[in-house]
Amino acid sequence: MNLDDLYQQIILDHNKKRVGYGLHEGGFPSHQYNPTCGDELTLTVRLSDDGTTITGFEWEGKGCSISQASASLMTSEATGMTVSEFELFANGFREAMRSRGTIALDEEEYGDLAALSGVSKFVARVKCAMLAWVAAEDSLHLTRESLN
Amino acid sequence: MSQFTPEKSAAIRAEFPQLSEHLNGHPLVYLDTAATSLRPRIAVDIESEFALRHTAAVNRGAHTLAAEATEAFDDARAAIASFVGARPNQLVFTSNATESINLIALAVRLATAVGSPARFALTAGDEIVVSEAEHHANLIPWQEVAHQTGAVIRVAPVTDGGELTVDAVVSVLSERTRIVAVTAVSNVLGIVNPVRQIADIARATGALVVVDACQSAAHGRLDVESYGADFVALSAHKMYGPTGIGVLWGTTAALDEMPVVLTGGSMITRVDFDSSDYLPAPAKFEPGTPRLTQAIGWAESLRYIESIGVDSIAAHEEALGAVLFAGVADIPNVHILGKGTGVHRVGLVSFAVDGVHPHDVGQYLDSRGIAARVGHHCAQPLHKRLGVESSTRFSLGLYSTIDDVDIAVAALADVREYFGER
Repeated sequence: MNLDDLYQQIILDHNKKRVGYGLHEGGFPSHQYNPTCGDELTLTVRLSDDGTTITGFEWEGKGCSISQASASLMTSEATGMTVSEFELFANGFREAMRSRGTIALDEEEYGDLAALSGVSKFVARVKCAMLAWVAAEDSLHLTRESLN
Repeated sequence: MSQFTPEKSAAIRAEFPQLSEHLNGHPLVYLDTAATSLRPRIAVDIESEFALRHTAAVNRGAHTLAAEATEAFDDARAAIASFVGARPNQLVFTSNATESINLIALAVRLATAVGSPARFALTAGDEIVVSEAEHHANLIPWQEVAHQTGAVIRVAPVTDGGELTVDAVVSVLSERTRIVAVTAVSNVLGIVNPVRQIADIARATGALVVVDACQSAAHGRLDVESYGADFVALSAHKMYGPTGIGVLWGTTAALDEMPVVLTGGSMITRVDFDSSDYLPAPAKFEPGTPRLTQAIGWAESLRYIESIGVDSIAAHEEALGAVLFAGVADIPNVHILGKGTGVHRVGLVSFAVDGVHPHDVGQYLDSRGIAARVGHHCAQPLHKRLGVESSTRFSLGLYSTIDDVDIAVAALADVREYFGER
């Protein structure tokens, strides 16, 4: 396996750029933990007043370049989606990550996130890529629960 | 103190087939022996031959096969005992060192529930001392004991250099100290702790002393009695043996007094419906069919180590470890955990790389054929104490060579550039 498949330049850049980094008060933050490496990430999904559209992601955490870049890229690519669009988007992302190299993320649909396709060949790193997404899904779940 | 000659190293490495494998297009450089050591062919061959030709029920049955299996099992226990400086009836087979420590912890919880035997029964407010450098396996079982019994965990701190001093342990001892659990060698720092002095002081107060000896086993001469402890825990898979087997060593007095934890067949004499009598140790702690082939395989691994020479293995690893330590220490922006000077250490080093997460470091090393350990190495509190979440670790075994060290140090020096750090 080629290391550059995993660490594309977009990933190394986003590991430093960290779009969406910084948590603010309020909302429904989800804290996720990767027990194998001790990495942590807390993320809040911000929704429009009518609760249908994602207006932003805020997150903080410590982790490897894959987990940081995945959070940053998700923020860049998924802000502005409706909640139901995001759920499908996240399902597709998860499916590709778990595909052991058989499903590549479509660049048309996933934009720069397609750079993470290579992660699926490195089974031990899939959890790193999913950390922010699991947090986003959980934050949406917590938000929904609060409305019920 | 000297390394093996190249010829000697080549002969040793030929006995470990995994070392001729390739990792991502490079010859494998295996630097994760502290997690799990590779296995010599001769021991696996004998173990598999035994399984194919001599499998039978141990400790039961009158047929010849059962008798031979029982004899082989007893011989294996005796060989392992001889290697670690113990008497055979002081070795209780377990799954691994983690289970060994849990066995003591469970015995303490059971004794506490009924208020006896006295050495094992705690009362609320009693204290359990652990060091800041413990592996989770020698911490969490005691946490559970504390939660169940109302005992309190007291932590003996390490210095910024990672050193556990006798004074640090003494500073947390009190008249309520009942258990002192300490590792002989930190699995993160490689620093050899002054276990004997700690044990002498702790036992003088009447505390039970438990030593995790995983990292000192098979890297030098091991004499479990020399620790002066009540109990010592070991894992075979860190001693070139199979997974799934370890031992709890105890003094004869401690094992006699320790209450049974797991019960069933093979550990009894008389059995009635309302009560039973138990065999003496080690049988009273080994109910059910034992780990027969694993014991055979472990004993053979140790015979192999003895054939190389334990003292020369220790000298080889120490010499190589010093080169490794110095090589890693020389790389800019790489920080060794536990740089304490004047300490004795085994051949392992853990480090943090500025700006690059250990997972990324490990992935990069892997791409260059180097198997290193990354993460918190089951020692989260120690990492927190040293100001990092996790680290990368290189660890040596008897088959490691100066080439392994050179390749690893050279690759480590390239890590930051790959990730765009200057």
